[in-house]
Amino acid sequence: MRAPRHEIGQDLTRRKFVSVAAAGAAGYLLTACGPRRLHEVPPDQLREAIEKMERDYAERFGTAVSVSGTGPAPGVEFAYALDISRCIGCRRCVYACVEENNQSRDPQVHWIRVLSMEKEGGVHLSESDPYYDPELVPEEGKFYVPVQCQQCRNPPCTKVCPVGATWTEPDGIVVIDYDWCIGCRYCMAACPYGARHFNWQEPTIPDGELNTEMHYLGNRPRPAGVVEKCTFCIQRSREDRYPACVEVCPVGARKFGNLLDPESEIRYILENKRVLILKEELNTMPKFFYFYGT
Amino acid sequence: METLRMFIGFYAGSLRLVSRGNRYYWAWITFLAVLIVSGALAYHEQVTVGLSVTAMRDQVSWGLYIGNFTFLVGVAAAAVVLVIPAYIYDWKPIREIVIYGELLAVSAIIMCLLFVTVDIGRPDRFWHLLPPLGHLNFPESLLAWDVLVLNIYGVINFVVVTHILYRAFHGKPYNKNIVVPLVLLSIPMAVGIHTVTAFLFNGLAARPYWNSSILAPQFLASAFCSGPAILLLVLQLLRRFTHFEIRNEAIWKIAELMAYAMFLNLFLHGAEVFKEFYSDTEHLLYARYWFLGLGEERTLVPFAWTAVGLNVLAFGLLVVPATRRNWVTLNIGCLATYFGVYIEKGMGLIIPGLTPDALGEIYRYLFTATEFRIATGVFSIGFLVFTLMLKVAVPITLGEFRHKPARTTS
Amino acid sequence: MHKAWPFLLSAFLPLACGDPPPAGGPGEGEAAFLQASESAEERVEVPPPPFSPGIYPCSACHSLLPTNPNRREFTGFHADIVLSHDEENRWCLDCHDAENRDLLHLANGAPVVFEESYRLCGQCHGEKLRDWRAGVHGRRSGAWNGHKTYLLCAHCHNPHEPRFQPMEPEPSPISPAETVRGGQGR
Repeated sequence: MRAPRHEIGQDLTRRKFVSVAAAGAAGYLLTACGPRRLHEVPPDQLREAIEKMERDYAERFGTAVSVSGTGPAPGVEFAYALDISRCIGCRRCVYACVEENNQSRDPQVHWIRVLSMEKEGGVHLSESDPYYDPELVPEEGKFYVPVQCQQCRNPPCTKVCPVGATWTEPDGIVVIDYDWCIGCRYCMAACPYGARHFNWQEPTIPDGELNTEMHYLGNRPRPAGVVEKCTFCIQRSREDRYPACVEVCPVGARKFGNLLDPESEIRYILENKRVLILKEELNTMPKFFYFYGT
Repeated sequence: METLRMFIGFYAGSLRLVSRGNRYYWAWITFLAVLIVSGALAYHEQVTVGLSVTAMRDQVSWGLYIGNFTFLVGVAAAAVVLVIPAYIYDWKPIREIVIYGELLAVSAIIMCLLFVTVDIGRPDRFWHLLPPLGHLNFPESLLAWDVLVLNIYGVINFVVVTHILYRAFHGKPYNKNIVVPLVLLSIPMAVGIHTVTAFLFNGLAARPYWNSSILAPQFLASAFCSGPAILLLVLQLLRRFTHFEIRNEAIWKIAELMAYAMFLNLFLHGAEVFKEFYSDTEHLLYARYWFLGLGEERTLVPFAWTAVGLNVLAFGLLVVPATRRNWVTLNIGCLATYFGVYIEKGMGLIIPGLTPDALGEIYRYLFTATEFRIATGVFSIGFLVFTLMLKVAVPITLGEFRHKPARTTS
Repeated sequence: MHKAWPFLLSAFLPLACGDPPPAGGPGEGEAAFLQASESAEERVEVPPPPFSPGIYPCSACHSLLPTNPNRREFTGFHADIVLSHDEENRWCLDCHDAENRDLLHLANGAPVVFEESYRLCGQCHGEKLRDWRAGVHGRRSGAWNGHKTYLLCAHCHNPHEPRFQPMEPEPSPISPAETVRGGQGR
């Protein structure tokens, strides 16, 4: 004999309520305790996450590493200036970056790409060549424009990420949470400067070449299937040091500093030199300025 | 209890239906199964080695998968070509077959979601998209919008068809209060899914080939001709192999609507070509690469002109009533539409958009065997789902598959 | 560098008067030395000048040799120095001080120590000097918001042949089709 309809209805409602409540509670617990974006994780959980990273990397690479959690300093907005009358296209910056930032050697990942262009044509990206390979540089009639993440103030990449894995830090560096990125590569399509790079395979770093001074948003080794890019050497710049590319450049073409400090080299350049930015009509407002020092 | 019995009866009955068929049916199922297994093995290789097994690289970071995804979103949206005459104009010939458009939409949405899954670098992290555990960057990210609208559209269509079919299975009419609002909602949703998909391309200032206002209308136009193309072929097959009846007028009307959609598609493409070639800025490089090649780089040129040729042929065959009513030319027109749009909206959208890349480099993308196997595997899953759903839906609509109520005991 | 102090002090002369060098005591020498260098605020801290090994102090030889201010080709010592720096209008003693080879001198004759050779270069290359003082010309290392080190002009530019010699570039990037282990399944 079937139970009267209204009792079934009541049962259903109660059962439904309990199951929904249980699901909600489980969801809340998982959200509170489970993996979260490093962007919104509270400081103590961040510290735990960083310590776990240090343990994992130490185990994986067989050497002690330190992962810094240094946050942005107030009153700092990083900017970069590159003197294209000086760059000779030697690519020392490219490889200094590779070593400093633990980029994969095979498959090869370069965060900096040096484009050679004809002096007569001026800065003309569609006529540039990144694969120049002469005996000596600079070549006759050519000049060189290195391109890396422009750390835009109006970044198209952070807008498009569907999971919010990339954002701009208060000191102006656009960073990626490598543990949150799902590898959809929408940000790579959105970047007008080709500055974002994907790990198409498991990255490899040769033994003994690991840079053990890391930052959780910067040069810690990335897994396969995520996007990475220049972070203005966040592990160095947040400890007051110049990025590796700035220090290694043999001709002093690279300048770095705090845009908000009126005494900085960057401000001097903006005030006294003719600066240009790439693809400025796209209104990305890069913090990477090219200038002619001569 | 009766509810459960009815449900089990439906399932058991459906299983019986799909496990019986003639040799063409089994040949088709076997063919799809082989492709699915091949795709699964290829996907395993991709997951273990990495996306390097595809031809995608930093310079061309989207390829076959996203091209197919874009095309299939269009196919899913095409259900609206049937829904509007059926529900808004209450035109009976199409009213009888609208459900097949909705089934196609569900299969297409499944394929879209699968293509996105096989494309992302970390499929194990897909839950990062789903609140509350994940974080969906809505409303800033168009991909977040796409995730929402595609799933909502898929659910709407799924609920509508299963409700209608389940009720029909029991010999009862469907509940208008459920179906009508959902169906009416599916109309703007159909336009919505394809508009959002178009927006996710045309919002990118970094890619001038995509950064064009007409991309959204163009997507809709090409969707409204390519989706029904498959449907017309399927409906004719159903007519041939089952007792399914469909009036010729319905087929011809759909073909006529496809012709107008194709005209709009060609017109919008023409408008784009004019703007690029006449203004003759550097943004022309991408269209030039597609249609004429750049210097020695001419990999895509044959595809470009094949697509144009097929589209023009399709338009011609479908707009002229005589060729539209002739079954041979109609089917040629449908195939031409399908493949023409497939080329120009799949590879023909993605690759020229990314070539030359942001720094002017030309990388010749041509999908690898592994990529092709995975893509055919996904298509096969979609076709299999569609086939199985049809195998159940057709007998239900014909009244051949009905619930047999148990003798009630009191 | 510090070992040169006694030499500098003992060999120094009050150039302003133009008299032949008396053996001045430490007080006079120091005052004269101070003339050759900038005030403390303006002086830029640099690493030691890049002398060729053993070449400094120049007075080790030159205090014993007669001064010949006439322009000529060298055949013995210093013949290896190629002068390619406005050599049509200038020669060695237009920068090196004729009377005291441990110093350089400006256009007006004022002495300059090697540690401040930038003041000499800055006479003609004024913009570069301004940029260099601001840290915009030339390499720097250190902290972007703290202590930074400068280099002398001479550390990067050979003063006799300042043009940068071309150098070997690092390898070009691998093209995308080959950017993976063992290629892909084409």
